[in-house]
Amino acid sequence: MPDKPVVSTPDDAMGMAVAPPRRSEWRRFARVFFGRKLYLIGFIIVVIIILTAIFAPLLTPYNPIQNDLTSRLLSPSSEHWLGTDSLGRDLLTRIIYGTQVSLIIGFSAVFASATIGALMGLTAAHFGGWVFTLIMRITDVLMALPAIILMMLIAGMMQGGGLWIVIFALGFGGIAPMCRMMCGMALSVKQNDYVMAGRAIGMSNWRIMTTQIFPNAFPPLIVALTMGIGGVVLGEAGLSFLGIGVQAPTPSWGGMVMDGQRFLLTNPLLSFMPGLAIMLLVFGFNMVGDGIRDAIDPRLRGVI
Amino acid sequence: MTAYIIRRILLGLLTLILVTMLVFLLVRLLPGDPVMRYMANFTGTGQQNIMTPEQHDALAKELGFDKPIVEQYWDWIRLLLKGDLGESIGVQQPIAKLISEVLPRTAYIGFLMFAVGTFGGILAGIYCALRRGSWLDNTITTIANIGMTVPVFWLGILLIYFFSYKLGWFPMFGWVAPWDDFPKSCSYVVLPVASVALGGIAGMARLTRSCMLEVMNTDYVRTAWAKGLRERVIVFRHQLKNAMIPVVTSLGGTLAVILGGSVFIETVFSIPGMGRLMTQAIFDYDYQVVQASTLIFGGIVIFSNLVVDIAWGWLDPRIRYE
Repeated sequence: MPDKPVVSTPDDAMGMAVAPPRRSEWRRFARVFFGRKLYLIGFIIVVIIILTAIFAPLLTPYNPIQNDLTSRLLSPSSEHWLGTDSLGRDLLTRIIYGTQVSLIIGFSAVFASATIGALMGLTAAHFGGWVFTLIMRITDVLMALPAIILMMLIAGMMQGGGLWIVIFALGFGGIAPMCRMMCGMALSVKQNDYVMAGRAIGMSNWRIMTTQIFPNAFPPLIVALTMGIGGVVLGEAGLSFLGIGVQAPTPSWGGMVMDGQRFLLTNPLLSFMPGLAIMLLVFGFNMVGDGIRDAIDPRLRGVI
Repeated sequence: MTAYIIRRILLGLLTLILVTMLVFLLVRLLPGDPVMRYMANFTGTGQQNIMTPEQHDALAKELGFDKPIVEQYWDWIRLLLKGDLGESIGVQQPIAKLISEVLPRTAYIGFLMFAVGTFGGILAGIYCALRRGSWLDNTITTIANIGMTVPVFWLGILLIYFFSYKLGWFPMFGWVAPWDDFPKSCSYVVLPVASVALGGIAGMARLTRSCMLEVMNTDYVRTAWAKGLRERVIVFRHQLKNAMIPVVTSLGGTLAVILGGSVFIETVFSIPGMGRLMTQAIFDYDYQVVQASTLIFGGIVIFSNLVVDIAWGWLDPRIRYE
């Protein structure tokens, strides 16, 4: 990059309040983020997965849900790179289309739980008192059940197993951790002098919340969102594995692992490969999350 | 300290009461008619509309679903207080009997998973922090990063394939109680425990490592070095005790994750435990069993959180006087 001074605005670097604009926040961000090999690998994995989801129909000549009973349980060949499943569908095709299901569920559920959770967390932190107590008790209760049990309960009790039911269950399960994190973040931001300064010049509660607390609590939220996608994809795979999540014939990686387990001894790829896809996706998003956290960590400013 | 403990116990009880409400509401308010589902399941036809409205109402009355929801909740709580978990409408047996059969199994493997996961993870984390940058640290950290992303059930399947099928070291699936035949039970338990413990080790190792590293940079550790204390004293008395605070706090959450993992593992390895019971009850729409088993999972987590809170108060005196 050329060395001319780049003036940054507060909109830069994911809404972070910007110190004196000596160096572009974006460039600093990029240097940390792309400087570490693991983060870069994670980023590339995420990009590839997103592109795969978008261009799925162009990548494979097969149909992911249409049965072909004449070609059941084939071994890998030049036509079916990973072989076919018990209903004669091309495994690689189903994995490719599975990215769509995972990403749609991952993004929607995380978005839903983040919106509700962040709102609850900010409210609790801002008002304190009985509002705080009430909201914290609610999160206590939600977190008293193992997340997967809560999700099983919701998805299982709502008949059908459609995509939206799964998203609802996963999103519901994610509210409490998101709320706790946001509340903790907002409470610590509140201690800062600039919030005090805002009060001193007579800013309203609402303005302080939206212009001071939220932007400063935002970067960790971005990290939590990115990491959350991995968690939700794992949750979805788990529900589908148990048979409570996305229902056949929609290609879901967790469901494919379950189907494949029956043929483990003869066709191990049927359950190995979808699991590997889950791992790659989760790993990618986790690394991107780690990278963003390092890149926006103010304690590392100046060091890197 | 006594006041602190009493406060925590009361808070735990309150949470438990709220959990009963949450579970009850979720089970009752989510769309779906329990009577029809019960009937469809009972006849095994999968059809839900085989009853006349009169038959439907009679059955609803028999199962107690015709009362207002508050009254139903109250009936349930009254039974619970008497120590009665109700009766399964699916298997037509007292739920307490069903649960007393399966709970010891889940408790046993859950305890093993938890013990292996936390001890292994904490030891690995301490080692990594003390020998930061060594090849073993890099290896463990990489494995931990990957371990966080592995779906438990998939790891279980992988282990079955390689260690049971290819190498023949362990049985593929099933369950033998340790109180019946201990040596045999051990070989059955290794793979399930390993599948879940890996995730636990990974999470614990990462957390312990970063907490230890954070403590290393504090003033009191620098002072301890400057005083000329021996390394062992500094590591164990100054660093470890402080670094353990967040680790101990996370134990309750870890137990919840491990309990969740055991649900998958019971399915993969066909272990008839709590997770299987609950999954089956969900498929059967056996409301009473779903309620009871969820409540028991919640109770375990709340109890362990209580223990953690008390341990936390002991480790960190500041917390007692909040």
